[in-house]
Amino acid sequence: MLQIKCPYCQELREEDEFSYGGEAHIERPANPEACSDEEWGAYLFFRKNPRGVHHEMWNHAAGCRRYFNVTRNTVTYEILESYPMGEKPAVLAAGPGERN
Amino acid sequence: MPPMQVNRLEKGGRVDRADAVNFTFNGRPLQGYVGDTLASALLANGVKVVARSFKYSRPRGVVGHGSEEPNAIVQVASGAATIPNLRATQVQIYEGLEAFSVGGWPSVDFDLMSVVGWFSRLMPPGFYYKTFMWPARLWLTYEHFIRKAAGLGQAPQLRDPDSYDKLNHHCDVLIVGAGPAGLSAALEAASAGARVIIADEQHEMGGSLLSGKASIGALSGQQWLQDSCEQLAAYGNVTVLPRSTVFGYYDHNFLAILERRNDHLVPQLRTGSRQRLHRVRARQVILATGAIERPLVFANNDVPGVMLASSVCTYLNRYGVAPGKKLLLFTANDNAYQCALDWHAAGRTVVAVVDSRAAPDGPKVNACRRAGIEVIAGHGVIDVKGKKAVNAAIVAPLNAEGTALTGSSRPLDCDLIACSGGWSPVVHLSSHNGVKPRWDSDAIGFLPGVSSQAECSVGAAAGSYTLLACLAEGAAAGASAAGKTGNGNGESGFVAPNTQEKTEHAPQALFLVPHSQRTSRAPKQFVDFQLDVTAASIELAAREGYESVEHVKRYTAMGFGTDQGKLGNINGIAILARALGQDIPSTGTTMFRPCYTPTTFGALAGRDVADLFDPERYTAMHRWHLEHGAQWENVGQWKRPWYFPQSGESLHQAVNRECLAVRSSVGLLDASTLGKIDIQGRDAAEFITRMYTNSYLKLAPGKCRYGLMLKEDGMIFDDGVTACISENHYLMHTTTGGAAGVLAWLELWHQTEWPHLEVYFTSVTDHWSTATISGPNARKVLAKVCDDIDLEGDQFKFLDWRECTVAGVKARVFRISFTGELSYEVNVPAHSGRHIWEALMAAGEEFAITPYGTETMHVLRAEKGFIIVGQDTDGSMTPQDMNMDWIVGKNKTFSFIGKRSLARSDSIREGRKQLVGLRTLDPLQVLPEGSQIVNDPAEAIPMAMQGHVTSSYYSANLKHSIALAVVKGGLGRMGDRVYCPLADGAVIEAEIVDSVFYDPTGERQNV
Ligand SMILES: [Zn+2]
Repeated sequence: MLQIKCPYCQELREEDEFSYGGEAHIERPANPEACSDEEWGAYLFFRKNPRGVHHEMWNHAAGCRRYFNVTRNTVTYEILESYPMGEKPAVLAAGPGERN
Repeated sequence: MPPMQVNRLEKGGRVDRADAVNFTFNGRPLQGYVGDTLASALLANGVKVVARSFKYSRPRGVVGHGSEEPNAIVQVASGAATIPNLRATQVQIYEGLEAFSVGGWPSVDFDLMSVVGWFSRLMPPGFYYKTFMWPARLWLTYEHFIRKAAGLGQAPQLRDPDSYDKLNHHCDVLIVGAGPAGLSAALEAASAGARVIIADEQHEMGGSLLSGKASIGALSGQQWLQDSCEQLAAYGNVTVLPRSTVFGYYDHNFLAILERRNDHLVPQLRTGSRQRLHRVRARQVILATGAIERPLVFANNDVPGVMLASSVCTYLNRYGVAPGKKLLLFTANDNAYQCALDWHAAGRTVVAVVDSRAAPDGPKVNACRRAGIEVIAGHGVIDVKGKKAVNAAIVAPLNAEGTALTGSSRPLDCDLIACSGGWSPVVHLSSHNGVKPRWDSDAIGFLPGVSSQAECSVGAAAGSYTLLACLAEGAAAGASAAGKTGNGNGESGFVAPNTQEKTEHAPQALFLVPHSQRTSRAPKQFVDFQLDVTAASIELAAREGYESVEHVKRYTAMGFGTDQGKLGNINGIAILARALGQDIPSTGTTMFRPCYTPTTFGALAGRDVADLFDPERYTAMHRWHLEHGAQWENVGQWKRPWYFPQSGESLHQAVNRECLAVRSSVGLLDASTLGKIDIQGRDAAEFITRMYTNSYLKLAPGKCRYGLMLKEDGMIFDDGVTACISENHYLMHTTTGGAAGVLAWLELWHQTEWPHLEVYFTSVTDHWSTATISGPNARKVLAKVCDDIDLEGDQFKFLDWRECTVAGVKARVFRISFTGELSYEVNVPAHSGRHIWEALMAAGEEFAITPYGTETMHVLRAEKGFIIVGQDTDGSMTPQDMNMDWIVGKNKTFSFIGKRSLARSDSIREGRKQLVGLRTLDPLQVLPEGSQIVNDPAEAIPMAMQGHVTSSYYSANLKHSIALAVVKGGLGRMGDRVYCPLADGAVIEAEIVDSVFYDPTGERQNV
């Protein structure tokens, strides 16, 4: 069970208080109608699922109810940072395949 | 008079001979002493056979002395308090204890299965794989016998009378295991001022010190142990947990400990909770879990009387029990010679030490020789004589590698064979986090891998087997861990005691002792005792092409018992490696998962059982419903009235009456549970319009609108009515079950994509009580309690809402309808819920107002073809599929959530399932919900599935059954005949019709 720091509450809290929000930094196309089916499908369905560093959203559901970003290692489950929505991660994956 | 304890020594050990304890085993009265485990007491009484094996029904005896024990699995106590699946080696005896063997049918001494002898043929290697290929018809037959014969105990049939609790902790340093390494670590960490928890699965701290005769400096090991425990007890910052198994090590240094508080006590003395689950978040973890001796694999090595050498030492030294008369020790290392020395010192006969090594010459070896014990070097025990007890060991010379016999064999009379293949560090907890143990060829075992958690392994768990190394590593780790938590400087003040430890010569890696016949022909050589996995079955797996140890484990079931293969896994991997002609590291490792030992469901559940299992949510009218005999439907955590039966009525009779009452006069429904989200802000209308398929930009105060909410993939997610309260202020209704999900969904989009929109969301579900008046007389009922607004149809229209006073309470009344009848949803602050309900019931009395529940609501809405999200949709349905294209705003400027997906090729393809009505040819026959729909019931199986029934009821108003269904291309198939084949072989024939069965023009709700 993880311990997650909410960047808004500035507290390290139990995973029980949070819900997972999927991969972070996915932007909705500004004009969906201009997307081809393939482009729209890529936005809708395709996720990175890396082995290692992963940027993901969490919601402090039983706390401040806000969404924020977490950089987590999917192998060791280490949480490397938490940062507010709209900010960029400080920790990036070293290897290829990571696009930020 | 209980029988003599034939194997009890006159003195020695930590048992209290002045304090006898009476217990029964399989009904037989026996006696032991305070300090005994069930296993030591059984051995003291000369009980050899304690169980029958899983697959071959072979008699089995005690092998080990702790949590590794694979054979002596017992059930303790009877009735509701019975506990299955305990290891006799971990059960402390108490006065009146009743213990039973598990498995072994009809008894451990006479086992029908082994006599019939067909059972083993039923379960060849690959049993789990192959079984599923057999005809299902036969499996039922097999299963009956397998369950009966091979069970590992019986679950209690009655409700657990005990209570359990949970305790959350934070600590600086958690130490797992209280042997010399763990105690040494605890002393250092505690003296540095760290908050320490030290847990051990045994009832006494001490680990190996309890079983041996070692000394530490000038002190005996036992004296050092006593001093250390007293020191720890004096610290205020140390929690010592005996009888406490750390059974799981999870992420971010979260560990779970099962403390058995009461199980060792006479039932009358038990107070408080039986077991306690400690949930610990530790800043640093020290794993001092020790090592388990590895058995040697030879023919008939499962005959009762073959034991681990360290276990023989433990029974001798700790319990004062000699489980035999004539010991033969079989070893591949120096360490185990201590067993022969201790046995000899107890005054019993050591027949010989058989050592697989060509020229053993260490100090302990020579100590044996000096004591006159014969050491037979370069030999192995290749077979055992005896069925229910060892009669003799068959000994033969081995080549230097231990892989082949070099001469003929001879029998040596003995009744106890102690064996040692070396030590396996207990790496279980460290591997719970996915850390792979690494093979160390010097230690001849797997050592803990490198973890990313704040932990370390010390002592035997890390492959350091000498007492001095355990003490030193423990002390260093204790100081270091304390230092990392800001306690002390991290330096250990440990001074090595002046202890002479006998050096040991190199052990031999011996995993399978050869036999004069090849493995497949030799008598069974057991690797995993609990699941009866033999060396031959592992070699067979290799021959059948299995190369991964994970596959071989599943094929042979090795390591799948409740002991998780604590004894057998490493021998098994080594045997597989040799069969594949490769080394152990490239064959694989062995991973372990929680729980380290079986853990009771009671402890995991704690107090969260029965009424406390899950919160129940009640509306403000709940008690009225209760007083009026409501039957309940669970909707999420809500308790909603399902129907209100009058005396003697069945569900269907009550629902038919309620349905007729609503359409002929008036009914009252508690709709308080609908989700309500208050939405405010300058951009509220814009935001809501982005979330629904239709537009809210022009929705005026006093007006309501029904909306359909999609996920971005275009699939229906929720629906409900949103009212404009005032400019920039809206009230959104969601489905009862979807309320929390919708709120999170709104927040997600606002916070991540459109934070610049000014909009605020507040859940107000619990703030309001809602009573829905529905039926042709609804207006007359409302008029009796509401006189400050004009209720006439041209003034207060369908989809209007008004603020007014109802029965003296300020209310919001919404004129919306889920039944198709004239309806008013009266919302009042929750504390007035019951008042308003009773006022409406009184006002409706002259119209025979009828309270109705969710079942009637479902029937009435289905008559109108109104969908229920989550029942008629399943996350794969678009608005078009539901025939609700009318609600999709094609010309909205902003591309609302899900819009683009409605134009995806898959969303617009032919043949999608579409919502239709079904009418059965027999009007009284009600289709089961979930029934599959086919075009031709005579078609060969597998038939082409056309869809399924989503909602189905008998309609008392229409006097025939009605059903909603999703059918491929259904909207273009009106009038077609379809068929629902049922599980019992019957087939129901139905016609595809429009999904609106009642009042298709909506006249009744627009009056
Ligand atoms: Zn927060």
